[in-house]
Amino acid sequence: MEIQMGPSHPASHGTIKFNLKLDGERIVDCDVEVGYLHRAFEKMCEQGTWTQCFPYTDRLNYASPCINNVGFALAVEKLLEIEVPERCKFLRTIMSEVSRITDHLTCLGMAASEVGATTVAFYMLEARELLYDLVEAVTGARLTVSWCRLGGVAHDFPDDIKDRVAHAFEMLDAVLADCDKLLSRNRVFIDRMSGIGILSPEDAVSYGLTGPLLRATGVSYDVRKAYPYLVYDRFDFEVPVGEKGDNYDRFNMRFQEMHQSRRIIEQAMAALPEGPISITDPHVVLPPKHRVYNSIEGLMNHFKLIMEGIKVPPGDVYHAVEGANGELGFYVVSDGSGRPYRVRVRPPCFLGMSALNKMLIGRMIPDIITTFGMINMIGGECDR
Amino acid sequence: MLIEKLKQRFGADVLAAEEAHGQENIVLSRERAPEILKALRDEPAFDFNMLTDLTAVDWPDRKPRFDIVYVLSSLKLRHRLCVKVQVSGDDAWVSSAIGLWKSADWLERECYDMFGIEFRDHGDLRRILMYDSFEGHPLRKDYPYQQRQPIVPEIDPVVNPLRPSR
Repeated sequence: MEIQMGPSHPASHGTIKFNLKLDGERIVDCDVEVGYLHRAFEKMCEQGTWTQCFPYTDRLNYASPCINNVGFALAVEKLLEIEVPERCKFLRTIMSEVSRITDHLTCLGMAASEVGATTVAFYMLEARELLYDLVEAVTGARLTVSWCRLGGVAHDFPDDIKDRVAHAFEMLDAVLADCDKLLSRNRVFIDRMSGIGILSPEDAVSYGLTGPLLRATGVSYDVRKAYPYLVYDRFDFEVPVGEKGDNYDRFNMRFQEMHQSRRIIEQAMAALPEGPISITDPHVVLPPKHRVYNSIEGLMNHFKLIMEGIKVPPGDVYHAVEGANGELGFYVVSDGSGRPYRVRVRPPCFLGMSALNKMLIGRMIPDIITTFGMINMIGGECDR
Repeated sequence: MLIEKLKQRFGADVLAAEEAHGQENIVLSRERAPEILKALRDEPAFDFNMLTDLTAVDWPDRKPRFDIVYVLSSLKLRHRLCVKVQVSGDDAWVSSAIGLWKSADWLERECYDMFGIEFRDHGDLRRILMYDSFEGHPLRKDYPYQQRQPIVPEIDPVVNPLRPSR
């Protein structure tokens, strides 16, 4: 029988269509159709200036917006050949890790609720709320942060950041301990997740999977360790690696990664240096407002940067950061004018969805829900 | 140095090679690309076992028009390479890399969808992000971003056939 598990399905998390060919309840073939959330990110980036791309990047992986901001900023700063101040690097690292934790809480909470563990979903969402409060205190928004700028970040940490982080972590620790007790040795959960959606390491590498999906199969590849960026090489953290490559391993990967992200944030907060949060190069960064309003040079500088954009030298570069789903890469091409010529996002969950067919052949319909949940397809990133 | 090793191994097949912004870039010709990509994947000195990204850039005022960019990664040797193949606008095809890396399946479908570049021997080259009856290739520079599309008549989704099995 051919049936489509349509784009809006109450059990699937996101707009995805599965064209299923079934034999009873067994899946004979599964054609995955994406693109329902395609909003022409790459085309729209070409229409504005470089700084106007940051709001678009927020809306890529909308569960971890700071990571997208940071990835794009780092890629273009490579072309500009500028390096941000120390404090800015620490700020970006800390907020990236906070975003990673919110993304994993969303993924695991939703995946748990889809198999019936509603309590876990609500616990994780409660912890996520406190982390969103933290993000809002720093950037002004929970999701549409637009926090990074070329050459720095827009806002510094508030003065009570240490208290806020301690408060959020108190809840996070309690939630992670509770959810571990609820799920990790839960008979029903293990039956639904273990042995399902297995992918071999060779297949995972061939399909271009990265992040928790690849590490669940046993391949230890993390962009933060392989091509260190920002200040990750100064901190002590582990990269969890799985064994079988099934859904239960993928669940564990994300769970352990939350602990590791928490470690990184603690170490970074302890080592956070004082200093400027942005460089002062007038070709890249807007001048301070008192100069704009009181001197003709400041006014002209501001005007040129806003109207014509930052003049990034011609060239192209590919830069990747470790997103919550894997290697989030930005391939940016500049032609020397103030507008991007081409901005390409390498979306980790797009490739994860391409491997979904392989994972589902021979399995049953309920396995679609768990496998798809564990891939953590975020529509904004997959379809852009 | 990766660029030196590449030039030594492949000689004149590497049409251009440079290192910029901490990244190695080479340009290959369309005819030699399939063989060289296979060697880049299989030979232990290079060991590019992952096709990280495949995309294209449209330079309408330049001949050849399109730059097809392959970003290759080696997970074990921890290096990356950016391979470009240049094709002209009226003859926009390259051989598919699907036999080498399975990630080429969807990445090439997206490149075809957005730019109209044909990947020969892909086996299932159809649109992926846009709907089937979309007209044009949106990321080309001559496609205006406010372009309207004709109204699509309603189709019966049950009749939508699965793609042929490979």
